[in-house]
Amino acid sequence: MAARVLALALLVSLLPPGAGSAASCRGLRPGEGRDSEACGITLQLEHSFELNDSIHFRKRGTLLWTLAPDPSLSLSQKQLSEGERNLLREVAALNGLYRVRIPRWPLGAADELATEYVTSFVRACSLVESHISDRLTVHTDVAGNVIGISIVTMPGSCHGAEVEDVDLEVFNTTVVLQQPVPAAVPETAAFIERMEQEQAQRAKNPQEQKSFFAKYVMAFNIGRGRASPGHQLGQSPVGAWTPALSSQWMYIIPIVLFLMMSGAPDAGGQGGGNGGSAGAGGR
Amino acid sequence: MAGGARLWVPLLLLSPLVVAAVYEDQVGKFDWRQQYVGKLKFASLEASQGSKKLIVATEKNVMAALNSRNGEILWRHVDKGTPEGAIDAMLIHGQDAITVSNGGRILRSWETNIGGLNWETSLDTGSFQVASLVGLQDVAKYVAVLKKSALSLHYLSNGHQKWAEHLPESESAQYQLLYSYGTGVIYSIGFVPRSHLNILTFSLEDGDISKQIRVSAPWMKSLSGACNVIGEAVLVCVDTDTHSLYALSLETEHEMKQIPLQSLDLEFADRFQPRILTTQPSPVSVSRTQFFLQLSSSRFTLLQYKHGLLSHLRDFQQATLVSFATTGEKTVAAVLSCRNEVKSASPDGLHAGDTLGHPHRPEFPACSNHTYNINLYLVETGQRLLETTITFNFEQSGARPEQLYIQVFLKKDDSVGYRALVQTEDHMLVFLQQPGKVLWSREESLAEVVSLEMVDLPLTGAQAELEGEFGKKADGLLGMFLKRLSSQLILLQAWTAHLWKMFYDARKPRSQIKNEINIDNLARDEFNLQKMMVMVTASGKLFGIESSSGTILWKQYLKNVRPGSSFKLMVQRTTAHFPHPPQCTLLVKDKETKMSSLYVFNPIFGKRSQVAPPVLKHPILQTLLLPIMDQDYAKVLLLIDDELKVTAFPATKNVLRQLEEIAPSIFFYLVDADQGKLSGFRLRKDLTTEESWEMTISAEVQRIVTVKGKRSNEHVHSQGRVMGDRSVLYKSLNPNLLAVVTESMDTHHERTFIGIYLIDGVTGRIIHSSVQKKAKGPVHIVHSENWVVYQYWNTKARRNEFTVLELYEGTEQYNATAFSSLDRPFLPQVLQQSYIFPSAISAMEATITERGITSRHLLIGLPSGAILSLPKALLDPRRPEIPTEQSREENLIPYSPDVQIHAERFINYNQTVSRMRGIYTAPSGLESTCLVVAYGLDIYQTRVYPSKQFDVLKDDYDYVLISSVLFGLVFATMITKRLAQVKLLNRAWRLGCTSRPHDGLPLTCPKHN
Repeated sequence: MAARVLALALLVSLLPPGAGSAASCRGLRPGEGRDSEACGITLQLEHSFELNDSIHFRKRGTLLWTLAPDPSLSLSQKQLSEGERNLLREVAALNGLYRVRIPRWPLGAADELATEYVTSFVRACSLVESHISDRLTVHTDVAGNVIGISIVTMPGSCHGAEVEDVDLEVFNTTVVLQQPVPAAVPETAAFIERMEQEQAQRAKNPQEQKSFFAKYVMAFNIGRGRASPGHQLGQSPVGAWTPALSSQWMYIIPIVLFLMMSGAPDAGGQGGGNGGSAGAGGR
Repeated sequence: MAGGARLWVPLLLLSPLVVAAVYEDQVGKFDWRQQYVGKLKFASLEASQGSKKLIVATEKNVMAALNSRNGEILWRHVDKGTPEGAIDAMLIHGQDAITVSNGGRILRSWETNIGGLNWETSLDTGSFQVASLVGLQDVAKYVAVLKKSALSLHYLSNGHQKWAEHLPESESAQYQLLYSYGTGVIYSIGFVPRSHLNILTFSLEDGDISKQIRVSAPWMKSLSGACNVIGEAVLVCVDTDTHSLYALSLETEHEMKQIPLQSLDLEFADRFQPRILTTQPSPVSVSRTQFFLQLSSSRFTLLQYKHGLLSHLRDFQQATLVSFATTGEKTVAAVLSCRNEVKSASPDGLHAGDTLGHPHRPEFPACSNHTYNINLYLVETGQRLLETTITFNFEQSGARPEQLYIQVFLKKDDSVGYRALVQTEDHMLVFLQQPGKVLWSREESLAEVVSLEMVDLPLTGAQAELEGEFGKKADGLLGMFLKRLSSQLILLQAWTAHLWKMFYDARKPRSQIKNEINIDNLARDEFNLQKMMVMVTASGKLFGIESSSGTILWKQYLKNVRPGSSFKLMVQRTTAHFPHPPQCTLLVKDKETKMSSLYVFNPIFGKRSQVAPPVLKHPILQTLLLPIMDQDYAKVLLLIDDELKVTAFPATKNVLRQLEEIAPSIFFYLVDADQGKLSGFRLRKDLTTEESWEMTISAEVQRIVTVKGKRSNEHVHSQGRVMGDRSVLYKSLNPNLLAVVTESMDTHHERTFIGIYLIDGVTGRIIHSSVQKKAKGPVHIVHSENWVVYQYWNTKARRNEFTVLELYEGTEQYNATAFSSLDRPFLPQVLQQSYIFPSAISAMEATITERGITSRHLLIGLPSGAILSLPKALLDPRRPEIPTEQSREENLIPYSPDVQIHAERFINYNQTVSRMRGIYTAPSGLESTCLVVAYGLDIYQTRVYPSKQFDVLKDDYDYVLISSVLFGLVFATMITKRLAQVKLLNRAWRLGCTSRPHDGLPLTCPKHN
């Protein structure tokens, strides 16, 4: 975290005055970043849609990256002009691409060529058909560096629907800042806690009385479990129940036979599924 | 509920049980293992005719004994695969083999008959130079180890150190030679380049330096190779600049004696470092005074230096390799030479692209007809021994011999007989006997398989005939009719032949029936369980191996492939398109020049294809095998070069037209791991590209280690999972999804992390990014269906862990009819869970089956060589911590943080695979069965049934019982029918009595009531 704030602070100091920065982070030390209310930097959002497949980026809007209290993004952008609207329609008709990009670092006017960008695209037709409503996601790594940008339109399909000019004036954009989520770790503590609870419970009432029927319904269920691809393991309660199943089969078989005899005609759909897999399990 | 009903189908079909292991009588029935040792570094052949073994030490850090009768491994010890296990020297003393390994850190003695370790001792640090056996009077008792700055002497009996002495001036002088001949002293020779020689004489008893002399040698550039010791401690050196030999008696002289070579008419080849090869028959006797001087890569000369006189014994032109061997009193020199005239090396390679045109060892001459002779010469005189020629040829591979070892013995009539072990540049070992009989050969390049594909075998001739009938254009009614008749005649013939064979085989005992597989009777079996394994090895040799038996059916050596090249093997046309032959394409990329070339071949017969691949002028960055085909049913391969130009292969008009049509929907991605840059491109109609997306994973923070997509031949049968409440959780099945794994640059155990990015390869959209904190590589990852499983090292808890990610769309599907990466506005739900795994792993792969109905298992190669088959259900992020009624309904196993290794889940029982590097899985024609090949130093092939063999009757299925029951039932039916008839008749009779009372017969019928 500290590294990120440092990086951003450094970047902000590089911002040209013309970029319209709301920079109040200038000179911030890493530790103070979180406390500062209005701390943020701006990134210029550019887009490109051309008839002849060439790439020519123009300014679409400005992303304001707020660091505190929680990192978030907001976007201010202007309307599409008449010419741009028509161009977008034409590009959409030709199955062209609509590209967006943001710089990996805030823009410096002088070294524009050297700036690194991250780019993404959607089909221009889907942008038009979604009435230029899109969702921008800026992805960062753990240190807060920009990794990439994603753009999707809602909906994302292209059916060739007619769109009115009015619907192509104002972008309806959602911007999201996405940091990597922490990956899962083995839940040892919770598992041990659960085991201890179970043990305690077992100690409390050592002979858990179950009715005959409940016992065999369990056995039946688990026997069925063995039949399915998901449940082929000695670790599950299967192991515990198998002896019961194998030693008292003489009770089970007549019951199964009886069930088959009596239940066969009316067992359809779901019931058939269950019965079938039970049969497979008993094989 | 319709979806739900469909999803039940797989559940009904499968009835898997716990065990994956085999029964005792199934051992070797479906599986085989081949063990290898690797390319030879040292070899020793006993000098007696009856000897049964060869002791070898290899570049794969393997110490082994081979049976000299059949080439099988008698015993084998595999050391670490890292430089720590490297064997630096091997010495043979009687029944013991002494090895120095790990850069001179470990000295070991092996009992060569059974491969036991006699003793092992660790040595002091210091870069290892040379080791030699040292003896006193008649027996070798010690081994001397020379390091950069010290000389130590160890007992052969127990490895204990007798003494260790520091070498004077070891900072400047490089000591590289040791010599002793049973006189109680050891000479150690070192030199300072272009200055002088240091000769130290150590006393064997206590290690005192009894004599230390300095001999000026301003011409000297190198010692080992250019100098050697002969006879009674005479140092002989060769120098190209002065064109002369130098000799020095280590005992008496203080000045090197120069002997010009012009008089002997010996010319050195340009830029060739001449070498002196000597032989010392026993460590306690003197070296022979004869020695070979190698003048160029193909010219050797046998010289003798005795009593201060140099004499020329024999000249060997066109000799590739020489070797000495001694039996009894006789010492002979074996010379391997090309049988024909030597041509200058020319790029007659298999590559059409001239990019790899220059052979990688220009100093070796090419032998035009690949036929070689080995001859024996008596060293004392240089005379050729009669009837000692072995002639052999390597026409098939065209590889040059690289190493020669000779086993000499005296025959009963006192003449010399010998066998020769030849290693070629394609890592093949050939053991030859006079007059040229190959006793056995081993393909040691298979110890390093780098790429592998399984190809279906072709149909049988008869089947192909029928197929061909439909494939060809119609040529009139009568012609078609005749064709049909003839093909059915062929079928009849094949059938009768089959019957005859069955009848013939049935009379023979079962053990004698050999199902020999050769290239002529290759045919697909009913269930497509037998396939052709096309293997690419690091040495550049390709193999076609029949998968059910492991027989090598063809091999092809690509001469111009440099070691260290990377390979990519693709199947462009399968065997399904008769009469077009199947076609595989191998992309070879040179590591140094980055240039690529294509090699197109038929995977069944190994023959090079007639199709000319495009010449690649630029390095290839990415390849793309498209599903579209040309009119000959070859899939189109797109090659993207570093100028982002696309080359199509095959590039027929048909293909180009198709490409033009679908170009806007062809996207590809490039990864620049050094800069952390991933970028996506779209194909234009003129086969140029336009960049569509770009993302950068900051290389200062993390580096990309793996990018893994899904397998293109993977089928997923069920689109979702039925949950406990009977709703369906739909899987997110994006075929374009890439899993990108990064490792942090900061390797401190508190701050190190692993990053996992799931990226859509078409749109560049990051579907999911997560960070595994306090984790470290190497990361093994499997990406399949809607899940990713990766394994890493947890630096905090110091253990191996698995994390599984599963992607679901939710309970409703977005556009269920067709998938398009461009039209997926919603991000999938990502579920994840982690587990502790008790072992490191060396390879990981998921099983794959024909239709994807069978449940999936992960095949995990453990460092012990075992392959663990772990059900994917154990790595399921939906495993509940507290089991509920619904999770029980869904058959979810309650969560437990550890995944255990059960030995019964090892699919290779005791057939361990040493240094496993990869596991390859392929579907078979049976849905239940998946073919598995694990490769490393060994190759192991087997079949696995993740959900048991639900579609096959068991081996021990009781046919007798079922048929007897059936027959019994039929019989019973017939009998009862008969009985019923009789009963009916009787009844009819009875009825007849009552109905016809008036015909006058006596009334015998009983009264009808």
